[in-house]
Amino acid sequence: MTTIRALSLMASGSLVLTLAACGTGDEGEGGQGASDGDNVTITWWHNSNTGEGLEYYQQVAEDFQDDSPDVTIQIEAMQHEDMLTQLDAAFQAGDAPDVYMERGGGELADHVAADLTMDLTEVAAEEIEMLGGTVQGWTVDDRVYALPFSIGVVGFWYNTEMFEEAGVTETPTTWDEMYDVIDQVKAAGMEPISVGAGDGWPAAHYWYQFSLRHCAEETLTDAVQSLDFSDQCFITAGEEVERLIDAEPFNRGFLSTPAQSGPSSASGLLATEQVAMEMQGHWEPGVMAGLTEDGEGLGDKLGWFPFPQVEGGQGDPEAQLGGGDAWGVAADAPPEAVEFVKYLLSEEVQRGFAERDMGLPTNPDATDAVADPALAGLIQVRDSAPYVQLYFDTAFGQSVGGAMNDSIELMFAGQASPQDIVDATQAAADAEG
Amino acid sequence: MTSLSVPPRDASTQPTGRAARPVGRRRDWRMAGEILLFTAPALVIFGLFVVVPIARAVQFSLYRWKGFGPLVDFVGLQNYVSVLSNEVFRGAVGHNLFIVVASILIQLPLGLAIALLLNRRIRGRGLLRTIIFVPYVLAEVIAGVVWFQLLQPGRGVVETLLGTVGLDGPYQGFLGTPELAMPTLMVVLTWKYVGLAVLLFLAGLQGVPDELTEAAQIDGASWWQIQRRVTIPLLGPTIRTWAFLSMIGSLQLFDMVWILTGGGPANATTTMATFLVNEGTKRQNYGIASAASVVLFVIALTMAVLYQRFVLRRDTSGADVLRGVR
Repeated sequence: MTTIRALSLMASGSLVLTLAACGTGDEGEGGQGASDGDNVTITWWHNSNTGEGLEYYQQVAEDFQDDSPDVTIQIEAMQHEDMLTQLDAAFQAGDAPDVYMERGGGELADHVAADLTMDLTEVAAEEIEMLGGTVQGWTVDDRVYALPFSIGVVGFWYNTEMFEEAGVTETPTTWDEMYDVIDQVKAAGMEPISVGAGDGWPAAHYWYQFSLRHCAEETLTDAVQSLDFSDQCFITAGEEVERLIDAEPFNRGFLSTPAQSGPSSASGLLATEQVAMEMQGHWEPGVMAGLTEDGEGLGDKLGWFPFPQVEGGQGDPEAQLGGGDAWGVAADAPPEAVEFVKYLLSEEVQRGFAERDMGLPTNPDATDAVADPALAGLIQVRDSAPYVQLYFDTAFGQSVGGAMNDSIELMFAGQASPQDIVDATQAAADAEG
Repeated sequence: MTSLSVPPRDASTQPTGRAARPVGRRRDWRMAGEILLFTAPALVIFGLFVVVPIARAVQFSLYRWKGFGPLVDFVGLQNYVSVLSNEVFRGAVGHNLFIVVASILIQLPLGLAIALLLNRRIRGRGLLRTIIFVPYVLAEVIAGVVWFQLLQPGRGVVETLLGTVGLDGPYQGFLGTPELAMPTLMVVLTWKYVGLAVLLFLAGLQGVPDELTEAAQIDGASWWQIQRRVTIPLLGPTIRTWAFLSMIGSLQLFDMVWILTGGGPANATTTMATFLVNEGTKRQNYGIASAASVVLFVIALTMAVLYQRFVLRRDTSGADVLRGVR
């Protein structure tokens, strides 16, 4: 019999809370902000928990310690999903690490509202200036709360060899061309696109992308603030997704396909040459490398092109859907933590970061260090975009984003109309109050 | 009804150690002290890990809360209203009840048949018993991952086997087709849990006195008649206890569903537990998740109490009667 999961879940949650309540009694002692004597310990959580990335960040921390002998950096490298869970628990306990990964959007707004994260607008003014528009996703009421160190955009990763085999000579730039490509690939007896609809968000990204193309920039920025989804462009986006699903471009069994876990996941299918394309974020080459035996992913066969254009869209055709990771600093962290974050954004660290394919650097002086040609092309598209719209589920917060993703997933299962998506999203937004 | 005549054997298994009732107040106090002393550690743990969390869950369920920061946004019973009016949650309750009923309807006859067969002296009995019981011992998550891989659409072992006899699996796979996901889940759950039923029934069968079956044999009853008229009625208490365990397990089902389908496709396999985990850890609506957990708790408690009151009572009251006689 199943253990009393529900209760034990509540138990662990509330236990953390009880402990937190006990902890807040002795102010200052619990927070790592204690600069007892001259030594300061900074806790740093990141998700580069394997191979080169792990070593590199260890090195970066040591270099920083060499320059500031009073500082000790305590690193916790965790697998991404584990880190998110641990972060949630840490925030519940009011005991967040000094330097941590912040995804921005509604999640950040919640952290800000609960006074959990530090306002960096003044203390890191120079870096914010250097990063330019990319800090947009980490800005709440014109204050910047985290410094993005890797930002990517979502587009189509494809297998150049399979495209050749199917007789596709040029990557599609409009959806009419895209539908031709889908037909060609199918005619050659291959599955065109894999999508991890089992996890929800990879399917939802299609709706985000079509919304980005069909909705004017103001409509989207307003929606983030007002949580109003009544604009017709959201319906049009749903209709475009329906049309795409009807064309049956997706891999067999896509409704239960996970995004990136295991060789039978959507990323695994692209990596093992079972499908010709997948729409994913900038992390795709890294994910695929982990899913192939030789650790190479698709290697030189990997190509990338941005989301094709639609007809009659009101969005800027150059705008991209994307997002990334930023370093946030806990509200009670010592000033040295801010210095460390600044160091992480320096050209030196960002170059090493880019050279090891750990992400797409945001420091403009480091972008030329990205070696992979597909990723270099992606960076070009990113840097020429007038604006990069943060993934909707992140931008709108987990509650609204979750409802949105679930209803889009229902559309992929043929059980929701374009109106249903808008209604479900609006209902969740209204519940936010 | 036959089981009302509790076999005399049961009487001998009643604890007879403290047959003499304590005399006088002093001994009452002493006994109360002893009980307190020995149960205190368990009570403290129970209080800390069961009672307190339940109380906190009830408290959280009255607030709109994202999981951090102070509890300030009191919303009264609003969370309960949104949980009970939520189509996904109501679907989940339906799925839970379906699993409760289907588990008993499938596993009872199947487990009983296997137990009766394995109770006969046949070659390789020990091996067969082990094979039947192994899935139950296997960690639920591991079993889930194994089945998930076996059931991969188009490439999994199950569909490859189907392919060798010229059959095609469903386009979305067994776990990805909304209509097939629940039946598939039931197959896996049956495979996983029928071993427990068999084990319990086999243990119960050891309590059926040989004299009764021998007497029936002498009277000319066939094997089938003996099972139906003698063995199965005497298994009554075991079956009722097993059904209780199965019911509670089905109501709280989480792991297997989470691994195999995550509640999908299109919410076809959500359970109350997957709903509350989804609302809580994925969407950070901890108030709503808490309300759902309280509803789950109340449903499970109500069913448990009713079952104890109306079904298990005859088993326990039998013991009371005996104690009174003694």
